[in-house]
Amino acid sequence: MMLTAAEVDAVRLSLSIALRSVLFSLPLAILVAWLLTRRQLRGGLLLDAFVHLPLVLPPVVVGYLLLLLFGMRGPIGGWLYAHFGIQLVFTSAGAALATAVMSFPLMVRAIRISLEGVDAGLEDAARTLGAGAWDRFFTVTLPLMLPGILAGAVTAFSAGLGEFGAVITFVSNIPGETRTLPLALYTALQTPGGDAVAARLAAVSFSLGLIGLIAAEFIARRVRRMLGR
Amino acid sequence: MFSIRAKKRRDGFVLDVDIEVSAPGVVALFGRSGCGKTTLVNIIAGLLPADEAHIVIDGWALDKDGKSLLAEHRGIGYVFQDARLFPHLDVMGNLRYGEKRAKARSVQNNENLRINPRRDAPRITLDVVAPLLGLEPLLSRRVHQLSGGERQRVALGRALLTRPRLLILDEPLASLDAARREEVLPYLEKLRDELAIPMIYVSHQFEEVLRLATHVVLMDKGKVLSQGSLDELSLHPELRAIVGPEAVGAVVHGLVESVDGGTGLANIRVGANVLRIHLREARAGAHIRAQLLARDIILATTRPDNLSVRNIMTGTIARIVPDDEDTELVYVDIGGASILSRVTRAASVALDLRAGLQVWALVKSVSIRGHAFVEGPARQQPAI
Repeated sequence: MMLTAAEVDAVRLSLSIALRSVLFSLPLAILVAWLLTRRQLRGGLLLDAFVHLPLVLPPVVVGYLLLLLFGMRGPIGGWLYAHFGIQLVFTSAGAALATAVMSFPLMVRAIRISLEGVDAGLEDAARTLGAGAWDRFFTVTLPLMLPGILAGAVTAFSAGLGEFGAVITFVSNIPGETRTLPLALYTALQTPGGDAVAARLAAVSFSLGLIGLIAAEFIARRVRRMLGR
Repeated sequence: MFSIRAKKRRDGFVLDVDIEVSAPGVVALFGRSGCGKTTLVNIIAGLLPADEAHIVIDGWALDKDGKSLLAEHRGIGYVFQDARLFPHLDVMGNLRYGEKRAKARSVQNNENLRINPRRDAPRITLDVVAPLLGLEPLLSRRVHQLSGGERQRVALGRALLTRPRLLILDEPLASLDAARREEVLPYLEKLRDELAIPMIYVSHQFEEVLRLATHVVLMDKGKVLSQGSLDELSLHPELRAIVGPEAVGAVVHGLVESVDGGTGLANIRVGANVLRIHLREARAGAHIRAQLLARDIILATTRPDNLSVRNIMTGTIARIVPDDEDTELVYVDIGGASILSRVTRAASVALDLRAGLQVWALVKSVSIRGHAFVEGPARQQPAI
């Protein structure tokens, strides 16, 4: 099975966008998971609901909201362009943002579950051994959360490969810039005689998803063994 | 050595304590579960904020200008009931964790003089701690490969390597079975005898207190009932409700005068009397402590003869208090020490026991065995 240059482009773009979205959202997801687990926040419930919104909203709505906020005339998008020359609409960076927002709840959930499994008593023990707040986070909490962080990252990456609605709404369908794998597949289906292309892309999607899920489980097992559980 | 004043109110529970300890050694915080012992030590360690706390260790206050020091800056070692070893590090990694940070802290503190480092602090290094706690064979092991007793020894070593000003042990043996407890206890005795680190030992097991404590704080319902030496505390009337009637008995201190090589019986001076006890580790000159259970002490109003009992002490009755419906507790002054005897009310009436009466107190050597321990640096390895 040979892919055309345009198809390879779409696969490469999907991988790159999914990776960037994970790198961008991972620190934030760890922070949010930590806030929700370890702090008794007054607005905790609201934050929790807000983080999970992309799971229940139609992706098109998320894309539309991103357009409002990060569009060239949106409050954040306009500011970013005026001060840093950063444009998100119609760019792969914007696609990464849309993907990050959509997969954020998945990531937070996985990290949160692993953080809940980390005995806070170990953090107390680290305190009595002289470790300050950042020190004990990086030397005790974070290593013990690692299985969840990796699982969350891999799941978010795999899901990010296939993000469609939010991406096409926010950054449109530009070949070589925002036409990711699912967008290319959709385009092929709209084109007369594109069935073979669609089938090939579907097969690639299928394989990538499978590889991602197997990799997630494999890593989780390795790390669990490393942590002695 | 240290003084602790702390107040905390939480969900209807009020902790209000004032503790003063002037001699180094092991302070046992003793009381029923739920009496506030762990709350108190968590306040001392800085893990739990108090409503009001003033703690001074070795002339060094843990609060400054109304602000209390963070736990990580207190230099207080803590051994938790559940060890709390870091599962992602091996034994060596756990031991080094606190040691590294303690070194960084002492350098930093010398610079800004926020904390006055102890000049006489003993040089506690891995080379000292590992053999002391028998950790050498464990160093490269993973935490999940350790037994419960080994975990507690590693936790002890980890806390010691921070060179703490004070070491808190919160029921370190509570989660171990009897055999594992016996495996850890000798190490705790060694720590007490060989390192000059003041310790607070939380326990609700009188046996552990008997073996380890040099000073006892008796707590109940968030208050300090009494504090002092183990001898004094063992006579405290509230103790019965905490340890149960069977464990009531005076603790006495004694000096080993000689050991009979043939019978293995040690002659131990207690007050004006000499007790004969089987105590393998005892050598002449050693100090021992023993608990004489009230139920094991027999009283006679005339000097008894022709008995197998090895220990006959003379004394006078100091007072008699009711014990339960049928029994009384008799306090007998044996000259420089007090012992307790439980007698039935019927016997008390028949013998006409009363304060001031001269009595002979009898106890079998085998009754004391298992309740007597050698203490202090004079303790010896058992002769083979």
